[in-house]
Amino acid sequence: MKREFPLFVTAVVGIFMILSFFVPHHSVSVPADFLQQCAIVVVAFGYVLGGANVLKLNTLAISKREPGWPYKIVLIASLLVTVVLGVLEGRQFLDQGMKSKWIYDQLYSPMQATMFALLAFYIASAAFRAFRIRTAEAGFLAVAALIVMLGRVPVGQLLTGWLPEPIQLPTIQDWIMETPQNASKRAILIGAALGVMATGLRVILGIERSYLSGED
Amino acid sequence: MAHALENIDRRWIFLIMGLLVLLPLLFPLALPLVVSNRVQGFHDTIAKVPDGSTVLMPCDYDPGAIPELVPMTRTALRQLFQKNCKVVVLCLWNGGPGLVDNVVRSVATEMNKQDGVDFVNLGFKEGREAVMVVMGQGIANAFPRDYRGQETRSLPVMRGVRDYSSFPLLVSISAGYPGTKEWVQQVQARFHIPVVAGVTAVSAPEYYPYLQSGQLLGLLGGMAGAAEYEKARGEKGTATRGMDAQSMAHIFVALCILAGNWVQWSKSRSVAP
Repeated sequence: MKREFPLFVTAVVGIFMILSFFVPHHSVSVPADFLQQCAIVVVAFGYVLGGANVLKLNTLAISKREPGWPYKIVLIASLLVTVVLGVLEGRQFLDQGMKSKWIYDQLYSPMQATMFALLAFYIASAAFRAFRIRTAEAGFLAVAALIVMLGRVPVGQLLTGWLPEPIQLPTIQDWIMETPQNASKRAILIGAALGVMATGLRVILGIERSYLSGED
Repeated sequence: MAHALENIDRRWIFLIMGLLVLLPLLFPLALPLVVSNRVQGFHDTIAKVPDGSTVLMPCDYDPGAIPELVPMTRTALRQLFQKNCKVVVLCLWNGGPGLVDNVVRSVATEMNKQDGVDFVNLGFKEGREAVMVVMGQGIANAFPRDYRGQETRSLPVMRGVRDYSSFPLLVSISAGYPGTKEWVQQVQARFHIPVVAGVTAVSAPEYYPYLQSGQLLGLLGGMAGAAEYEKARGEKGTATRGMDAQSMAHIFVALCILAGNWVQWSKSRSVAP
């Protein structure tokens, strides 16, 4: 019963939600809307669960002096300070001069932007050390990458602007993106969509049970 | 030469990349920009929206995408506000609402637009695709209060806004999941609302099939797309300034690929009998 009931609920709700996509009648659409709203509420509780989990795991790691434990103190302190300040400041937490806004604008925002900006340096280093042309396929990839990289930016126009239009870098770049790239992307999308449908059916029919306590 | 390059300290690569990005920002090169069909489509679709109508604008990104997505958000908001359109903004990324709020407010102040009257920021709601679908039943059902805690239904900007049928256009600016792809799949396909999108360069190829099928009417890809859009609008914003730096960075990465392979080739040649 412990396993059968969740499987039964999943099957009923799954079939009902598929039905709601095709049947606009209010006897189907109203309960379906209610279920969608319930989903949003349940997902919101995930944040509480996630926060509690972060606290539990990291407190445990600090108490056991696991490698990198001082960083975990910073993590927990940041989490608690942000949450407590947000709760204390209430609905005005976004107003100018509020500490929550300062934390977001002056700490969170620049730190995240910095992490992303570092990619430029690592991409250059990886391009030099790791992008090796050892096969014909890798050669095609490299040529396409070079054309797209240079054709996407104004310098591509500057370098080849004097050539006839069909062999200018931006034109070739456009062709690569709109023809071979688009065809392969569409194939991937169709494949992924079929995969999602198959997985959905497996879950509804109770064949796929991995979401139940990690069981196969 | 090849031996010296092979053992080069990678900090030299970092230094050169840093200089190539920094110098064009300080001393602009004003490289020529050509507006592509995709960008023109984005611009023209917004231009065709009736003046004074209300447009839905999900901004699904966080601070990691500032250089690429904030310039296009600003330009799109300026174009919409210039047409006296009302804008309903929201964000489905938990790290983004504060940033999006700052961007919308700065453009609104610049264009003398009033919160709650000319625009509203509905803020963040967890639930990804579920939120999109619930908005189809009623925008206020999914967002009963805006980002500042004001009751959504009571705002003048929301007068006449019920669900997706109230919007003549959806402008999706996104950095990944949930974002443009989900807005197309859950909203465009189901509610048939016209959609244009601005996305990061790395994710742009993913949206070409939707562009070709007509599900997207225009696409801005990364900083290049934002810069072309600024050119189409006759503006000179941060994306236009950033394109010189990006051009230099792209040339350097291309040279790194070629140099790395030349080193490899020289090495294998010297080893071969």
